[in-house]
Amino acid sequence: MSVDTATVKRVARLARIALAEGEAEAMRGELNAILGFVEQLAEVDVTGVEPMTSVQPMAMKQREDAVTDGFYAADVIANAPVRDDGFFTVPKVVE
Amino acid sequence: MTIAVRPPDPKKLIKGATGDWEVVVGMEVHAQVTSKAKLFSGASTEFGGEPNSHVSFVDAAMPGMLPVINAECVAQAVRTGLGLRAEINKRSVFDRKNYFYPDLPQGYQISQYKQPIVGEGEVIVDLSDGTSFTVGIERLHLEQDAGKSLHDQHATMSFVDLNRSGVALMEIVSRPDLRSAEEARAYLTKLRTILRYLGTCDGNMEEGSLRADVNVSVRRPGDPLGTRCEIKNVNSIRFVGQAVEVEARRQIGVLEDGGTIEQETRLFDPGRGETRPMRSKEEAHDYRYFPDPDLLPLEFTDAWVEALQGALPELPDAKKARFVADYGLSPYDAGVLVAERVSADYFEAVAKGRDAKAAANWVINELFGRLNKDGKALDESPISAAQLGGLIDLVADGTISGKIAKDLFEILWTEGGDPRQVVEARGLRQVTDTGAIEKTIDEVIAANPDKVEQAKAKPTLMGWFVGQVMKASGGKANPQAVNDILKRKLGLE
Repeated sequence: MSVDTATVKRVARLARIALAEGEAEAMRGELNAILGFVEQLAEVDVTGVEPMTSVQPMAMKQREDAVTDGFYAADVIANAPVRDDGFFTVPKVVE
Repeated sequence: MTIAVRPPDPKKLIKGATGDWEVVVGMEVHAQVTSKAKLFSGASTEFGGEPNSHVSFVDAAMPGMLPVINAECVAQAVRTGLGLRAEINKRSVFDRKNYFYPDLPQGYQISQYKQPIVGEGEVIVDLSDGTSFTVGIERLHLEQDAGKSLHDQHATMSFVDLNRSGVALMEIVSRPDLRSAEEARAYLTKLRTILRYLGTCDGNMEEGSLRADVNVSVRRPGDPLGTRCEIKNVNSIRFVGQAVEVEARRQIGVLEDGGTIEQETRLFDPGRGETRPMRSKEEAHDYRYFPDPDLLPLEFTDAWVEALQGALPELPDAKKARFVADYGLSPYDAGVLVAERVSADYFEAVAKGRDAKAAANWVINELFGRLNKDGKALDESPISAAQLGGLIDLVADGTISGKIAKDLFEILWTEGGDPRQVVEARGLRQVTDTGAIEKTIDEVIAANPDKVEQAKAKPTLMGWFVGQVMKASGGKANPQAVNDILKRKLGLE
């Protein structure tokens, strides 16, 4: 698998990463090198092997339905660059 | 599961300028799971609250915070699946659905993509003409809700409140089995009823607990499916009907003018009665789903599912069938009564040990009618099931006439009290003493000799005499006795 420059630009846009002119081309080379490296895994024959989701055979941890967290709005918004009256505020987005 | 193909119903087709069209509708319903805490955090799900107060660092997507699933939300999804007679998947997987929006702090929504918790099921939908049809359910999956953006607080800024961020939602996806605006409304109504019976979603549409994305397409009867448009976030049952109506009309207009329908996402504007395209569609959605590496697959046992199944309440379809079979109600009346669990319970309390049809009649026609008139819900009813039952007993044992019963109902509604005591205190008891009735009849006859003559030629005038006698007795005369004696006295036997 390899990517072309258009794909690199598209992925960057989806991830909201700004790429300057020329950077996409360099990034294409880097990404293709990484993809080529990872592709070596495809050489392993995994026919009939279930995908592994955990090294240890364990079940997903679950929590009880109880309110144990929250009620610290000031902390939640403390790092927001802009805030107003307990809300995060962002440049207007309207559909 | 076989997909039933519904032949086009001529009554449901829409007339266009160039012939008939069939509208095809499917729905994705987002139902907020009833739970105390969120899907992956211990923050409260309570509606309202100060902005960003029902938010944990998990919901705010602070670095290093990890999701831990709420077991009750899983149980609620399984209960809902069982209520939809659906396949329950004992192993399901959570995926990340990636997109950017200010009210989605993670930059992705944890959802289920290829392996949802619930598979195919069905909903039996009842229409107002008494007929029913089946809507296929494709799947139900668990996912997180996003936060809320307010756009009207400031000229240039949007305000973001994350209280809803991370609340558990069930997305319930139907097959495109609906063929009219009425069917779409009826489906959502029935789904809401089932969820409320199960207690898995409160169905409160004003608070956004239930929202629908409506997929609409049109085609010539018998043709393959047309291109669909998705109308996002419709938040009332009435609007679902209106949205289907106007969107079908719009598509028919485009097609009849020789145009083509573009697959797109649209918004319904109830004020203008139109749908319009959402602006942010330049870039096709690419959510780049992948399994969430923070969460192991969700697994549970048959025994656990069976325990949930065993504890389910009686659901509306079963209750309706029982009301028809055990109480002899019409399917329509049974359907009205089971639409809400509280109505069904109220009816059963009234009907216990009494004539069930009379009970249904009083509950549906008098009580629901009166509640409606005053804009009250059943739990605000001034008349309890015991009072209404007492009133019915008084009619059944002949203490009061049907007409007086309606007056008594009004007294109980406005003033309350024990029905039997009210009847005694106000002298509403029916007069069955034939002597007293005869006396009243004689007076009426004596006062109207001309009418007596006419009645001999025109026996329908009897009704006028009955009315006069009832009026003279203040509605308390036993109507049967009045009829019998009048017939005899007027020589109409």
